[in-house]
Amino acid sequence: MTTGQLILNGIAAFLTLCIFSFLYKDNPFYKFAERLVAGVATGYWTILLYHTNFTDKVIEPIFINGQYHYIIPAVLGIMMWTRFSRKWSWISRYPIAFYIGIGSGVSITVYLYTYLFKQLQATISTPLTLDLAGLNVLIIVIAVLSALIYFFFSSAHKGIFNVASRFGIYVIMIGFGAGFGLTVMGRVALLVQRIIFLRDYIVALFGG
Amino acid sequence: MNHIDWFPRKLGIISLVLLVITWGGVLAQAPKDVLSADSLGAPAPAPPTNVRVIDKPNDAGHGLIIRWDLSADDTSGLKNVDRYEVLRSDAPDGEFISRGIVFRGVNEYEDVDDMKPTASSPNPNYMAEGSTWFYKVVALSNQQVYSEPSEIVVGTTRENLFHWGKLPILIAVIIFTAYLLNFIISAKKGKKLYIRPLAGIDAVDDAIGRATEMGKPILFILGLGTAADIATIAGFTILSRVAKKTAEYQTRVLVPVQDPVVLAVAQETVRTAYLEAGRPDQYNSDNIFYVTAMQFPYVAAVNSIMLREKPATNFYMGLFYAESLLLAETGNIAGSIQISGTDQIAQLPFFVAATDFTLIGEELYAASAYLSQEPVQLGTLKAQDYTKAIIMIIIILGAIAITGKWTFIRDIITIHL
Repeated sequence: MTTGQLILNGIAAFLTLCIFSFLYKDNPFYKFAERLVAGVATGYWTILLYHTNFTDKVIEPIFINGQYHYIIPAVLGIMMWTRFSRKWSWISRYPIAFYIGIGSGVSITVYLYTYLFKQLQATISTPLTLDLAGLNVLIIVIAVLSALIYFFFSSAHKGIFNVASRFGIYVIMIGFGAGFGLTVMGRVALLVQRIIFLRDYIVALFGG
Repeated sequence: MNHIDWFPRKLGIISLVLLVITWGGVLAQAPKDVLSADSLGAPAPAPPTNVRVIDKPNDAGHGLIIRWDLSADDTSGLKNVDRYEVLRSDAPDGEFISRGIVFRGVNEYEDVDDMKPTASSPNPNYMAEGSTWFYKVVALSNQQVYSEPSEIVVGTTRENLFHWGKLPILIAVIIFTAYLLNFIISAKKGKKLYIRPLAGIDAVDDAIGRATEMGKPILFILGLGTAADIATIAGFTILSRVAKKTAEYQTRVLVPVQDPVVLAVAQETVRTAYLEAGRPDQYNSDNIFYVTAMQFPYVAAVNSIMLREKPATNFYMGLFYAESLLLAETGNIAGSIQISGTDQIAQLPFFVAATDFTLIGEELYAASAYLSQEPVQLGTLKAQDYTKAIIMIIIILGAIAITGKWTFIRDIITIHL
């Protein structure tokens, strides 16, 4: 490790420890690291947006490529700036409405495809047979139906409906448990990675 | 520091070795001259025949499909075909360039390029709508010997107005919309639409009351979604309800956000809620503020707000990712009552484990309708329930049908992208 790398890694190790110090309690070191990272992130994001949105989607298309239809979203963007005026801030509601409307509309097809049709297709793709694979399919079908019943809001959960919805929530919780364990393992891996970084830095600093 | 200084030298040697290996690999992969049967003594495979070009269906006019009959030496004859190479030109006597390679046994190639050229990034391969292209296909043997090229064929790209592969989605949207309109009209006419109570919703008012009693603020976090995400939109509705109550009780509500558009919408939502509560003078736009757009810096900042402000109640309503547990655990340390809701399946386990009440997935949308009691939202929820009933029927019938080896139900709901 060169001297330059040693200094840079030293800063990284110091900031890592500052963030870890939050585990004890809120303190000036954590405050320093938190504000530094928030400030750097905001600055970085601003420049990134300038290049990936303003340059690519306003300057280049309109002034270089002559794609004048890009003026429409540019004007909508400028309308957002009216928020700074108490008198004209109502104008900013139009681009917001446009943005939310377009976003919701475009996502309908994607949502229906990924969250409905793909799942439906997968649920009814394997036949029910008198073996373990068939039992697996049966469990999946019953679990999906029960979970759907749990999310049925139009009627009270009473009688058989209550039994099915309770089974549905158990199924959902089993799924959550598996997801929880999987993600915790991922987080532990991240922690181990950071501890290895600190160990390597100490070894490089003092030898070992 | 000798034990450190030798490292760059070692790294340099390893890099040099890797460079030599990579260079050798590049040389091995470099395009070779077309070899004839004479130059190697190996026989050339028979060329593919009956090449035809058709417009790529269901696209915006930037693709063509090239099909051919396999070489006589592919699965029979000499059996020496290794792959097929598709060549393209913009004129029958122009220069043909390689567009792609497929392995033996495959007789189709999809040629697509929709990257429109710009002044800064020219793209000579761009396939504009209505453009005409000439193709030929050659077979390549496993000893790198090319066949004679096939005959030259021509094709023109065409824009398609309708994507027939997505027809089931259209039908589903029409059915859902029919239900939606029916229920919205019924609700507007005053028909009472029943929605079962949700545990998390009943806790909302209690949590606001607790904050008022303690004289502490409420922290409302809308997650990392954009203003167009469904979960964030549901979050705005719940924020509206919470803000209205806090305006009545004169409790502060803090809303740190990470997206400029979300900031604008959240400010509008809270301002309108204060207006409806008859306390526009109490509204302070500084309580709804932008932090930063990046995930973990945002988390660091919100965590410190939790520990310094010690809010009585934390609401997490919207789209959350890896930050969910970090936020919820810090809220626990701060001693806040926490109510969460998201449609992110991967994050729900953390909210279930770390917060007091959780709105699971669609419960978040239901909560939004339940709280607002608006005909449009109630109608939407009812329409969703009826669509779910249809889905359940399809699952039952589909499972029975597939067991009886009838695939028609599965085929009907299959989307061809």
